[in-house]
Amino acid sequence: MDRRNGLTGYLLLAPAGLWLAMFFVVPLFTLVSTSLYDPAGSLETGYALSLNPQNYTAVLADYTPILVRSTLYALAATAACVALGYPLAYAIAFKAGRWKNLMLVAVIAPFFTSFLIRTLSWQVLLGDRAWIADALRAVHLLGPDGHLLATPLAVVTGLTYNFLPFMVLPLYASLEKIDGRLHEAGADLYASPLTTFRTVTLPLSMPGLVAGTLLTFIPAAGDYINAELLGNPGTQMVGNVIQHLFDGGSYPEASALSVILMAAIVAMVLLYIRRAGTEELL
Amino acid sequence: MIGYLRRNSVLIAGFGVLLYMFLPIFVVILMSFNDPASRNSYSFDGFTMHNWLNPCEPYGMCEAVGLSIRIGVVATVGATLLGSLMAFAFARHRFRGRSAANVFTFLPMASPEIVMGSSLLALFVNVGMGGALGFWTILIAHITFCLSFVVVTVKARLAGLDPSLEQAAMDLYANEWQTFRRITLPLVFPGILSAALLSFSLSFDDFIITNLNAGQSQTFPMFVWGAAQRGIPPQINVIGTVMFVLALTLVLMGDLNNRRRERRQSSE
Repeated sequence: MDRRNGLTGYLLLAPAGLWLAMFFVVPLFTLVSTSLYDPAGSLETGYALSLNPQNYTAVLADYTPILVRSTLYALAATAACVALGYPLAYAIAFKAGRWKNLMLVAVIAPFFTSFLIRTLSWQVLLGDRAWIADALRAVHLLGPDGHLLATPLAVVTGLTYNFLPFMVLPLYASLEKIDGRLHEAGADLYASPLTTFRTVTLPLSMPGLVAGTLLTFIPAAGDYINAELLGNPGTQMVGNVIQHLFDGGSYPEASALSVILMAAIVAMVLLYIRRAGTEELL
Repeated sequence: MIGYLRRNSVLIAGFGVLLYMFLPIFVVILMSFNDPASRNSYSFDGFTMHNWLNPCEPYGMCEAVGLSIRIGVVATVGATLLGSLMAFAFARHRFRGRSAANVFTFLPMASPEIVMGSSLLALFVNVGMGGALGFWTILIAHITFCLSFVVVTVKARLAGLDPSLEQAAMDLYANEWQTFRRITLPLVFPGILSAALLSFSLSFDDFIITNLNAGQSQTFPMFVWGAAQRGIPPQINVIGTVMFVLALTLVLMGDLNNRRRERRQSSE
């Protein structure tokens, strides 16, 4: 409705806009300035702004392996989400028929119980005496003293599980828009189902795939719940370290590490979007 | 049989993935009836109704649930109100800087929780609220991260509306307010309602941002986190099951309602 003028628009925008400016934008600047404080201070005595990147060099020296590990775990979980989420989204969009709505509800239903409680139940499922471990031992995929819990595999399983709906929903949204007659056209032109998928369906679902991978990768890279509940001290992710640094009162270092995480994610996302060629997403 | 499996392989794979998504829910429901042999029991040791009959037995748990509900309700009202106004601005008005503001609204959804939580904590500490962390700081944080989700949900609903309905009302001499009150609002309302439901569940469930900004207050997810270090009382699974059943009922009722309305409309 173009005929309405700008003033009402600004008035409607103002409350939420001001809120986000005050509690999203300003805090990001405070985070950056906190990361430049002299770490010799404390909350009680106050900090001196040093404008010295010492906190950055310190945390990079200490935590680079953990940053790399977080990235790898998040990438593995994202890949697993694509592998599991694509068939599910495809089935809902094209094969489900009258089960469509029910399957969509089923995708979001796990959200209804708390994230933490669901992650804790993976502790039960992956436990040494649970049936999954027994079954894997029976087929010799797991050694007699092998563990599932407290391994990197458990952390990635948890991350995959927790962020899978974020992959399925955008994928479904873009698959659903595809005209079913395009599949028939592909078949009429003697393309095998696989060729039709590769040359028609997959390219058309790219916007959903890009959105899904971002919505999975970003929260997974910053998560520490799965690493803490399903992993061991050797599977710590960058979120664990940031939380521990804050708990220990090392605000400048914690802030520096947070800024590094944010910058790394923004850089990777921009690179990825350019490669995937879907700039219209932003 | 083999032909059937081949033809429906994608559907079967889809149901397999859904099973993976539901496994933990089954565990939560099952464990709510568990009679644990020890505090750190990871297995089902015996059936009991005790947990369901004494849900508030673990010290501090029901207080934590109460705090989460209070914060969830207030944060939902705040975020839904602010976010819906913003969604109307984006969907119904042209103004300078509109697309930049639109992109900006997505940013909170795209930043990792730990970054958002730590930047808010940095703000609170820098303005001298480091000692006053609690209900209000949690509330501010929750409204902030719910806002973008409300904007996106309500905007999607507004974009799906047929503009000719509003034009028809105007043609019939309804003024702008009457059109909004009688036509637009009732049509957008389901979107606002689902945005509110989404906000409440996001707020009720949040741990990472809350944990950084809560001070001495304890929300339900924080209680669960603390319990996870000491041994999990089975009552946590009772709360988990109740949440699941309640939310599922709400969603299925909404779905049923939509279907009934569609059938009525198509039969007219």
